[in-house]
Amino acid sequence: MSLLTINDLTVEFPTRRQLFTAVDHVDLSVEPGEIHGLVGESGAGKSTIGAAIMGLLDRPGRIASGMIRLSGDQISGLDAEAMRGLRGKKISMIFQDPLTSLNPLFTVREQLTETIQAHLGGSEAEANQRARDLIDRVGIPDPDTRLDQYPHQFSGGMRQRVVIALALCTEPDVIIADEPTTALDVSVQAQILDLIKELAQERQVGVILITHDMGVIADTTDKVTVMYAGKVVETGPTAQVMGQPSHEYTKSLIAAVPRPTLKLHRFPQISYGGRETRFAIEDMARHWPKVDNDTSKPVFEIRNLTKKFLQRRGLLPWDRTYFTAVDEVSFDIRAGEVFGVVGESGSGKSTIARMIAGLYPVDGGTITFEGQVVSDLTNRAALDAYRKNIQMIFQDPFSSLNPRMRVDDIVAEPIRHHRLMDGADIKRRVDELLDQVGLGHVAGTKYPHEFSGGQRQRISIARALATQPRFLICDEPTSALDVSIQAQILNILKDLQEHLGLTLLFISHDLPVVRQMCDRVAVMKQGKVVELQATNDLFANPQTDYASELLRLMPKLDDLSTEGLTAET
Amino acid sequence: MFAYIVRRMFQSVIVLLVVGLVAFSMFRFVGDPIDNMLGQERTQADIDRLRTELGLDQPFPVQYFKFLKGAVQGDFGVSYRQGRPVSTILIERAPATLELAFVSGFLAITMGIALGVFTAIRRQGVAANVIMTVSLLGVSLPTFLIGILLIYVFSIELGVLPSFGRGETVMIGSWSTGFLTTSGLKALILPAITLGLYQMTLIMRLVRSEMLEVMRADYVRFARARGLSDRVINFRHALKNTLVPVITITGLQLGSIIAFAIITETVFQWPGVGLLFINAIQFVDIPVMAAYLMLISVMFVSINLIVDLLYYAIDPRLRVDARAT
Amino acid sequence: MTDTIESPKTPEQSRFAKFWDSDFAWSFRHSPVAIVASAVVVLLVLAAIFAPLIAPHNPFDPATLNLMNGFTPPGTPNAFTQESFLLGTDDQGRDVFSTILYGMRISLFVGASAVLLAMIIGVILGLVAAYFGGWVETLIMRIADVQLTFPAILVAMLIFGIAKGVTPPEYRNEMAIYVLIIAIALSDWVQFARVVRGAALVEKNKEYVQAARLIGRGSIPIMFRHILPNVLSPVLVIATISLALAIIAEATLSFLGVGAPPTQPSLGTLIRIGQGFLFSGEWWILFFPSCTLLALALSVNLLGDWLRDALNPKLR
Repeated sequence: MSLLTINDLTVEFPTRRQLFTAVDHVDLSVEPGEIHGLVGESGAGKSTIGAAIMGLLDRPGRIASGMIRLSGDQISGLDAEAMRGLRGKKISMIFQDPLTSLNPLFTVREQLTETIQAHLGGSEAEANQRARDLIDRVGIPDPDTRLDQYPHQFSGGMRQRVVIALALCTEPDVIIADEPTTALDVSVQAQILDLIKELAQERQVGVILITHDMGVIADTTDKVTVMYAGKVVETGPTAQVMGQPSHEYTKSLIAAVPRPTLKLHRFPQISYGGRETRFAIEDMARHWPKVDNDTSKPVFEIRNLTKKFLQRRGLLPWDRTYFTAVDEVSFDIRAGEVFGVVGESGSGKSTIARMIAGLYPVDGGTITFEGQVVSDLTNRAALDAYRKNIQMIFQDPFSSLNPRMRVDDIVAEPIRHHRLMDGADIKRRVDELLDQVGLGHVAGTKYPHEFSGGQRQRISIARALATQPRFLICDEPTSALDVSIQAQILNILKDLQEHLGLTLLFISHDLPVVRQMCDRVAVMKQGKVVELQATNDLFANPQTDYASELLRLMPKLDDLSTEGLTAET
Repeated sequence: MFAYIVRRMFQSVIVLLVVGLVAFSMFRFVGDPIDNMLGQERTQADIDRLRTELGLDQPFPVQYFKFLKGAVQGDFGVSYRQGRPVSTILIERAPATLELAFVSGFLAITMGIALGVFTAIRRQGVAANVIMTVSLLGVSLPTFLIGILLIYVFSIELGVLPSFGRGETVMIGSWSTGFLTTSGLKALILPAITLGLYQMTLIMRLVRSEMLEVMRADYVRFARARGLSDRVINFRHALKNTLVPVITITGLQLGSIIAFAIITETVFQWPGVGLLFINAIQFVDIPVMAAYLMLISVMFVSINLIVDLLYYAIDPRLRVDARAT
Repeated sequence: MTDTIESPKTPEQSRFAKFWDSDFAWSFRHSPVAIVASAVVVLLVLAAIFAPLIAPHNPFDPATLNLMNGFTPPGTPNAFTQESFLLGTDDQGRDVFSTILYGMRISLFVGASAVLLAMIIGVILGLVAAYFGGWVETLIMRIADVQLTFPAILVAMLIFGIAKGVTPPEYRNEMAIYVLIIAIALSDWVQFARVVRGAALVEKNKEYVQAARLIGRGSIPIMFRHILPNVLSPVLVIATISLALAIIAEATLSFLGVGAPPTQPSLGTLIRIGQGFLFSGEWWILFFPSCTLLALALSVNLLGDWLRDALNPKLR
C-alpha cells in the first residue's frame, strides 16, 4: 500500500465566465522515502494538486471528484478540524519563497516550539531540545545562537533550511515541496535539494516535489509525473521518463531544455497543443540596413567600471555606507558577437547592463561605444543617437510593457521619440514589426494583458527593434518564461544576431542557457569579473575555482533524452 | 536603541520649532497686535512705546527667539478678547478637554481594535457584515450630528442626561475633575460617546483591513499548513503583525480626538480648550490660537514619539541593524 | 503551453460592449449597494445642479419671503397664509426644501472643488517625490508626515482662521467659500500624495519605466504618460472617500461657524441654524438638512467602499 494515493482527482475553479478545471482526473501515488516530482509549465495544475492534498485550496476552488488517501485513510473531504490535525502532523508543506514564509516578528525558536507543542504536546524543555536538534540537523551552524534570532537575520538559503526544519518538526509522513528552490541561487539550490534528498531517505518521508525545472527533476526525484493543462501526460521512474519519453508533450518539453554539454544550432521546434508562430527573420533582414561587423574591433570597451549604491542613508557624509555592486570591471564586446555575463544574484551583472544602457549613472571608469566615451555624451542629440543604437530586452514580460498603453503605441514610442518617421509611416512600420515577430498587426489594437508571457516578450522584441539598433542588451530575457517558450525566444535572439548582424550582451544566471547563446562569457562574483573566456573553453576547462564550483553545482541533465537535437557545427 | 531615540527626539524638536514658527508668524503678520491692543484713541507715542515694549522693533529672528523663550516658560501673552494671560485661561480649561479625550480615546481604541479583529476573523459572518455596514453609517455621520442626535434622544425625549456643561466639578489642586461627582459623570457620557464613536469606527475599519492584509501573507498560509490552530494563527501570528500599522493609526486617531474635541465641545458647550479655540477663531484672537497650536503640537509630538518607541518594542527588524548570514 | 495566437473568434467588440463585459462593470451590475448608492448620488447631484429650476422658492430673494410663513410644519398649510410647504419653513419663512437644494449646491461645490484641488496637488507632489527620490522626496514626505499628525479638520480650521485674519473684513463673506475650499484641499492633499507615492514607487521600478527611459523619454512624459495612468485606480478610491470626508468637513466647519457664511448657507450652516430650534419643537428645520447630509455622505462612502473592493479584487 502506498503512503499517499490520489485517485481520479479533479479540482475546479468556478469563475463567472466559465468553469476552469485546474486538475483533471489525476492519479498519483507516493511511497515512503520516495521523492516524486511533479513537473509541468505554468498553469499545468501542479501547485493546485499540492494545495488540494493540504486542504488549502484557495476559494472558490473545490475538489469536484476523486479521492486522496494517506496510509489508506481518506483525507479528502475531511472537515476543517480533522484536516488541521493532519496538517503539520502527517503532511507538511515547504513554500517557494523563504523570505515571506516565516513570521518576521517571532524568533525561530518560538515558531518551532509552538508547532512542536501544538502537535506533540510535551514540555517546553522537550520542545526546545527538539527544536535545537532540528536546526542542527538541517545544517544551520551554531544552533543555540541562531534559534533566538529573527528570520530577517538569516540569508535566503538559511531561511529555507528553517522552513524545512519547521516542516519536519512533527515527523510528518508526507512533505509537499512547492518550488522549494526557485527563489534561490544555483549553489544554494543544490544544497537544499541534497538536504531534502537526505532527509527523505533518513526519515522515510514521502516527498512531492513540485517544480518547473527539468534539471531539478532529473537530479533529485525517483519518480516523475508530467502534467499538461491539468492532465497527467506521463508518469514513471525518472530515468525512464527523462531518458525515453513516450508522450509527445514530454518529448517537446525535454527537447526545449538547454544542455550544458551540448551546444545546439537551434532548439528543435517541437510544438504541442498549439499552432506555431513564425518569426519572419528573413523578411526583417531584407529591410534592415546593411551592417559590416568588423569582428576584430570592439563595439564596447569597458574600463574599470564601478558602481556604488547607498546602503545606509545618513545626513552626514561619514554616516553613509556604500555597497559596491560593480567593482573595477573591464572587458571588450566585439562587433557581432554574443557576449555573456553570468553570475549569481547580487553579483552585479544586471547593474553592468543598466550602466551600459544609461539607466544608472557610472560612478567610476569608462564605457566607450565605437570610440566615443558614453559618459561624455551630454547634449541631447548625441545621447539620443547613442540610445537609438542601444536597445534592451527585459526579464519580466509582465512588467516590461506598460499595461495602460496599447501595443501599437508601445512599439511606436521609440520611433516617435527619435522622430524617425511620421504619420502613416509609423503605423506601417509598427504593423510590419508586429507581423515580423509573429503576432500579426491586429495585435496592435490590443493591450498587453491580452497576451501570454511569450507573446509579450515578442512585443518587447518588436519595440527593441523599432529603432533598428546595432546593440541589444538582454537582461535575463527568458528566466520568467516556461522552458518551451524560452526555447523559442532564444532561437529568435540567435536569428537576430546572425541575420541582422546585431551584437548582443546576454545577462543570465543560467549556465546551460549561456552555453547555448554566448560566444564569450564573463563570470562575475561580488561585483568583479573572476573569469573571462570563450564559452566552449569555459565549460571545458574553467580556470578559477569559482567557475569550476558553479559548473559542478549546475544540473547535469546527462540522463535527458537527446532525441531531435542537432549540435552546432 | 539610544541613537534611535535621540534621532526621533531631534526630529520632534524640529517639528516643534516649525510649528512655533507658524504660530509666531500668525502673531506677527496676521492682524496688527498694536491695533488689537490699543483702542481707537491712540497717539503715535503710545504706538511707539508699545512697539518697543513688545519688542516689535527688533529683527525677526530675535523676536522669534523671544517668542520661543516665552512659549517654553508657558508665556503666550494676553488674550485679545479676555484680556487675561493665555496660560491662565488654558490651565483652567485643559482638565475638561483632557478628561473627555481620555474617556473617549479609551473607548475608541479598545472597542475599535476588538471589533476590527472580530470583523476580520469572522469575515463571512452575519454579525461581522452587520457591524461593517453600520460602521459605514458611523463614518458618514458627522460628529456634530451624532451629538445632536444623542441630545435629542437622551436629553430632550428621555430627559435622562444633561445636554450641556460638565456638571459639578471638584478641584484637586488646580485640576478640576468631573470624575468624582454623579452629575459630572452623567454629563460626561454623551460627549464621550459622541467623540469616541467616529474614531472607533475609523479604528475598527482600519484594523480590519490591516488584519485581512496580514492574513493573506505567506507566513500565515505556512502557519496554517503547519496545522496551527485558528486561535494561534489569528491572535498570535496575525494580530501581532497587524499591531505595527495599527499603532500608527491609533496614534494618529488620538491626535484626531483632541481635534474633534473642538466639535464635541461646541455641541455640548463643554468648557474645554476646544471651545476656547473655536471662539478664538471667530474673534481672531491670535494669542489664544497660537498657544492652542503649540499646546496640541506638543501633545501630538509626544504621541508620535510613544508610537515610535512602541514600534521599536514590537518589530525586531528595527532593533537589529546587522544582517547576519 | 505553446505560444499561439488566438484567431479572433468574435467580431471586434465595441468599446462599450468591452467595458460592459469587464470585471469592473460586472461587479457593479451585481452589487445592489453600489447601484443604489450611485443612483442616490446622481439624483442629489442633479438636484443640486438644477436647484434653481426645481426649488419652489428662491430662499435668497427677500422679495419672495413672507415672515408670516415662519415655522410652518412640513405638509400642513400655514395658519396665516394657508401656504403649504413640503418640508416646512424656518424662522424667516424660507422653504426648507429650497434651502436644502441650494445648500447642497454649496456643499457639493466646496467638497468637489476641494477634492479636485487636493488631488491635483497630491498627485503631482506624490509623483515627483517617488520619481526623483533623494532630498526632494524627503522634503515632500516630511511635510506630509508632519501635516498628517495634525488632523485635517484642525488644519482646515487654522488655515481658515489665518485667512480670516488676513482678509479685510468687508471681503470676508465673499471670500469665505474659496477660503473654505483651499483650507479643506490643503488639509487633504497628504492622502493623495502618500497613496500616489506608494503606488508610483512600485511602478517606477517596473521594467516598462526603464524601457521608456532607455528610449530617452524625459522625466515629465514618463511621470505623466507612463506612471500616472497606472496609479489612477487607488487615486480614484481615495478621491471618492475624500469627497465624503470633504463634504463632512465642510459641514462641520460651517456648523462651527467657521465655514460658509450665512449669506451662502451650506448644509452645515442649515444644521447650525436648525440646532437652535431643537428645544422649541421645530424639529424639521434641523431634521431634513441632516438627513440630506447623511444620505449624501453615506452614498458617497458606500460607493467608495465598493470601488475599493472592485479595483482591488484580491481583497475579497
